[in-house]
Amino acid sequence: MRRVTALLSFLLAAVLVVPVAAQDKPRSGGELVFPVPSEPPSYDGHREETFGLTHPFAPFYNTLIRVDPNDASGTKPAPSLAESWTVSSDGRAYTFKLHRGVKFHDGSEMTSKDVKASYDKIINPPAGVGSSRKGQYQNIEVVEAPDPYTVRFRLKFPQGSFLLSVASPWNFIYKADVLAKDMHWYEKNIMGTGPFTFVEHVKGSHVVGKKNPNYWDKGKPYLDGFRALFVRDSAAQVNLIRGERAHIQFRGFSPKERDTLRTALGEKITVQESPWDCILMVAINHEKKPFDDKRVRRALSLALDRYAGSKALSQIAIVKEVAGVQVPGTPFAAPAQELEQLAGYGRDINKSRAEAKRLLREAGVPDGFAFTFKNRGIPMPYEPLGIWMIDQWRQVGLNVKHEVVESAAYYDQALRPGNFEVAMDFQCGYIVEPDLDLYKFTSTDKNPSNYARYTDRVLDDLYTKQGRTQDLDERKKLIRAFEKRLLDEEAHYLMTLQWHRIIPHSAKVKGWQVTPSHYLNNTLDVVWLTE
Amino acid sequence: MWKYILKRFFLMIPTLVGVAIIAFLLLRIVPGDIVSARLMGAGGAFVTAQMIAEEQAKFGLDQPLWRQFATWLWGLARLDFGRSMWTGAPIMEEIKLRFALSLQVAVMATVVATLLAIPMGVIAALKQDTWVDYTVRIFSIAGLATPSFWLGIVIILSLLIIFKWLPPMVYTPFWVDPWENLAQLIWPALAVGYRYSAVATRMTRSAMLEVLREDYIRTARAKGLWMKLILVRHALKNAMLPVVTVIGIEFAFLLGGLVVTEQVFNLNGLGMLFVESVARRDYTLTQALVMLTASAFIVVNFLMDVTYAWLDPRIRYR
Repeated sequence: MRRVTALLSFLLAAVLVVPVAAQDKPRSGGELVFPVPSEPPSYDGHREETFGLTHPFAPFYNTLIRVDPNDASGTKPAPSLAESWTVSSDGRAYTFKLHRGVKFHDGSEMTSKDVKASYDKIINPPAGVGSSRKGQYQNIEVVEAPDPYTVRFRLKFPQGSFLLSVASPWNFIYKADVLAKDMHWYEKNIMGTGPFTFVEHVKGSHVVGKKNPNYWDKGKPYLDGFRALFVRDSAAQVNLIRGERAHIQFRGFSPKERDTLRTALGEKITVQESPWDCILMVAINHEKKPFDDKRVRRALSLALDRYAGSKALSQIAIVKEVAGVQVPGTPFAAPAQELEQLAGYGRDINKSRAEAKRLLREAGVPDGFAFTFKNRGIPMPYEPLGIWMIDQWRQVGLNVKHEVVESAAYYDQALRPGNFEVAMDFQCGYIVEPDLDLYKFTSTDKNPSNYARYTDRVLDDLYTKQGRTQDLDERKKLIRAFEKRLLDEEAHYLMTLQWHRIIPHSAKVKGWQVTPSHYLNNTLDVVWLTE
Repeated sequence: MWKYILKRFFLMIPTLVGVAIIAFLLLRIVPGDIVSARLMGAGGAFVTAQMIAEEQAKFGLDQPLWRQFATWLWGLARLDFGRSMWTGAPIMEEIKLRFALSLQVAVMATVVATLLAIPMGVIAALKQDTWVDYTVRIFSIAGLATPSFWLGIVIILSLLIIFKWLPPMVYTPFWVDPWENLAQLIWPALAVGYRYSAVATRMTRSAMLEVLREDYIRTARAKGLWMKLILVRHALKNAMLPVVTVIGIEFAFLLGGLVVTEQVFNLNGLGMLFVESVARRDYTLTQALVMLTASAFIVVNFLMDVTYAWLDPRIRYR
């Protein structure tokens, strides 16, 4: 009897477990359909800035290394064209070993010569060739190709973030011979080593890719192909998912759109969420009185009830987490208890606002002091955050006028010429990495995108030190010191709330992991469909 | 008649030159340029002043305004609109891609509107102040009060919720797959055509009422002429003058003015291209689209003038 029971139990377990196991095993076939809310001006990843390029065109390419597609923090380097790498003892030389037998879509072999030519184009583009991120690679002294399967980067000084900067999703590896003939070729043509080959792009309409049968990573990709549809209107994107004409939109939806899809599709929808590596911050113009006084700037931050704001605004806008200078949940983010010590991050809002009023009085700012807050003419999430902040500042006796400037003119008219008192500013990263995220806050004479227009050599020094140290704990300490000085002691900039990325997608889509960056995980080699 | 047509034709040229000057200057007055729109996508933390200056030089934005204008005008005179500053592709290629779709929606909406408006307008006029007239009036006033994009949203949501079906969101040319093509475009054509028909119905009704009170209609009736013949040969032809005007202007408007409706139905048409080119400060493309839209209005006006002359022979003698 016991044997029979055991056998029955085993059979029952097998019946229950087998489908689950089968479901988790990647299945080949199917076409992934996804809307893309933006379309890039060209196909050149080295030149463009928009996710409209990475979403539909990243599947045609590989990068030297990449961010691990299964890592939810989006901060772990993983092999791609390079199967392994070593770092010299002085931290100034990175040597990458390339996979053998990697073929471009034209059948030619990819070697170190192609990697070198691609990076030379990114770092030192010839006159007339655009490279949007060359500023990030100024530390590279030289890129060498000692043999066909080895690439070496020699740095001017050690850089803790170097691996992640090489894992940039923008740094597509192009063919050296093509670049030698025409540096602009990749602006209008597509030919990489990626898991999908290019079929067609109808401008304003769609991009189609089909499975690369000769892909170097055997067994991948799982999909037969993909179809990216250019759909600007978010309601139309929601309708596409709701009508099951598309599987996923990789950028993100609003909380309301998520709820609509959940209600309409129930179990057919899976929702993945993550803090988003984008944040709206407040630039306070240090050249305008009384904002040159750090007491006034601190008061502006102290007036904000970020925790209550997070609770309310996350219902209606794509913001949620209370954060410092790093995305919560990532390696260099401040723990909650430490964050609460900064001005404007305390849990007791009455105490904070009393302190804000005291500081304003001390700085000679009269009750009812009026100033103008300039905001960018983009509804989500600029508008709700702007309205929220104005309400918060009113509660410490400030009278704030909201002036919305048309989006395309915003940087030219307001931020760059310093034509504002207090204004909304924005930063969005492709990888959460302090070297990339903190550069914006270095002194204005070093960095033209510091719109608050201050010079702070202490901050500059901390930025340099955190970037060069090889000791992880030391780096964390330096970043905490940077954060304290930026947001608390000097209150040069104010952080609002971290954006929150919401991806409701068809439950048929497997193998795709949301990360804080909407520029990552678009190679689609590990994505598959259950049916 | 030919003298009249030639006169109208040559009047088009100074109008187009005026449009070119206004389009060029207005775009330069608006703050911001394509370089900002392109480099500031993610906040532009690593964008230097030198990078901005280099990009501006590449687009010729560092040149004096008069030179930029002269270069563009010279291109226009040779029918060369140049290249889009955003994509670098020839402008004619960008427009050609979208023109077929916009033209088809405009034609379909015009057909829908005309098929609804003329019979309804005529019947309402003939049955003035009866329940038929009231019904037509309610229908047309509702059409005027309903924005096309809102009706579009209602249509899409109704299809989704009631029939669990969504129209295709990617354009397929009619000659490739007529069914797929119509399945996508019939809905925007209905949404736009309804509002368009409302305007034309009211115009047809009031023009018919006016004509039906004319002496020559009374005379024709008194002669014992068959009512259908009076209507078609005498009343309708004369009542069509203002209706043709409305239909013509609306048609030209539909070619480039369906911005929100195109957004709702995700149509890759000229309206969306127009808005995107303005938002990106793509001067060359925006200028070309302004010229195209202005030309459409001017040509439609010209054709309407010719039609007037055909409908009312007195016009050509002035």
